[in-house]
Amino acid sequence: MKLWEVFTQAGHGAPHEHAGSVHAPDAELALQNARDVYARRGEAVNIWVVPSEAITASSPEDAGPFFDPGNDKPYRHPQFYKVPRGTKE
Amino acid sequence: MTPMDDSVRTQAFEARIARGETIEPKDWMPERYRKQLVRMMSQHAHSEVVGMLPEGNWITRAPSLRRKISLLAKVQDEAGHGLYIYCGTETLGVERDELIGQLLAGTAKYSSIFNYPTLTWADMGAIGWLVDGAAIVNQTALAKASYGPYARAMIRICKEENFHKRQGYEIMATLAAGTPAQKAMAQDALNRWWWPSLMMFGPSDKDSPNSAELLTRKVKRERNDELRQRFINLTIPQAELIGLTMPDPALRHDAESGDWITGPIDWAEFQQVISGNGPMNRERLAARNKAHDEGAWVREAAEAYAAKHAAKGQEAA
Repeated sequence: MKLWEVFTQAGHGAPHEHAGSVHAPDAELALQNARDVYARRGEAVNIWVVPSEAITASSPEDAGPFFDPGNDKPYRHPQFYKVPRGTKE
Repeated sequence: MTPMDDSVRTQAFEARIARGETIEPKDWMPERYRKQLVRMMSQHAHSEVVGMLPEGNWITRAPSLRRKISLLAKVQDEAGHGLYIYCGTETLGVERDELIGQLLAGTAKYSSIFNYPTLTWADMGAIGWLVDGAAIVNQTALAKASYGPYARAMIRICKEENFHKRQGYEIMATLAAGTPAQKAMAQDALNRWWWPSLMMFGPSDKDSPNSAELLTRKVKRERNDELRQRFINLTIPQAELIGLTMPDPALRHDAESGDWITGPIDWAEFQQVISGNGPMNRERLAARNKAHDEGAWVREAAEAYAAKHAAKGQEAA
């Protein structure tokens, strides 16, 4: 049976978060199984199921060079900028 | 990959473990770490699944509707717990069918505690209180395991397990405060489940073949004996509170350490049960196989329905 990754939304306005996986032959049953496995106590207001094979993930081994472009740009943070003493924000 | 590369990678891996980093599914890991995880996690998952059986056969005999819905919900949780952990093993590149096949064939191990019979309603109390109580102590430590998917499954399980323990303790407290016959039934259940629940933590670390390695790699975070002692110290005052006594004439309180010291545990019994000669090993496996076989038509129907719908979708397109 096909493997599905399950993402649950804990409350309205909250992001969907990975909860685990389920086996199911189709999306409809995957949703029902996901509800029974990951939301037995009102843990979710919404569920996504995604075929596991449809997920492309970055590789941990290449994490260094892959995320490098974002790691050396302090000017993208507010702390990089000097403002006059006493400025109220 | 050359052996040289592997030893360099292993060193880097050990350093990550030493720094307390969490290992994730796609991270490189030594084959031995992967194997140990699959062994330990699959045994844990099997235990959750087999754990449904001793209680499952009391659902129709629960003494009230309140007790019945609680027990149903608990048994359903155990199924969920099995699935959380099987899902964790799948991130290590194992097929769930393969693991379930091993369980059904009788070649996989699971917790020895589930090979004891549930003779009276009080056993539902004793299991929730003692077996789930011991599991909470064990799993709370495992929630800090070095492998991310295992640790996350444990966090989810621990959140749910507290209800299991409390419903069990409530059953015991109610019986212990009941008629003399009810109290005797509760005491009898405690007598039968106390020692097996202490064995759930596994042999003393000096006699446990896998303990040292699992501790070094931070799959296990605390020693079997430490966890067992924590459980003993937690549970004895709870028994006292409801007027039940432990079946252990040697039990004493050590004022210096604050620990309760039990008499010797019968590890020969543990070895017998874990190697398939417990009172219920054969019956549990037979019941699990029967349930699996009787559920086959549901799985087949679901597959057929999905195939039919997929074909219809193609026609429409």
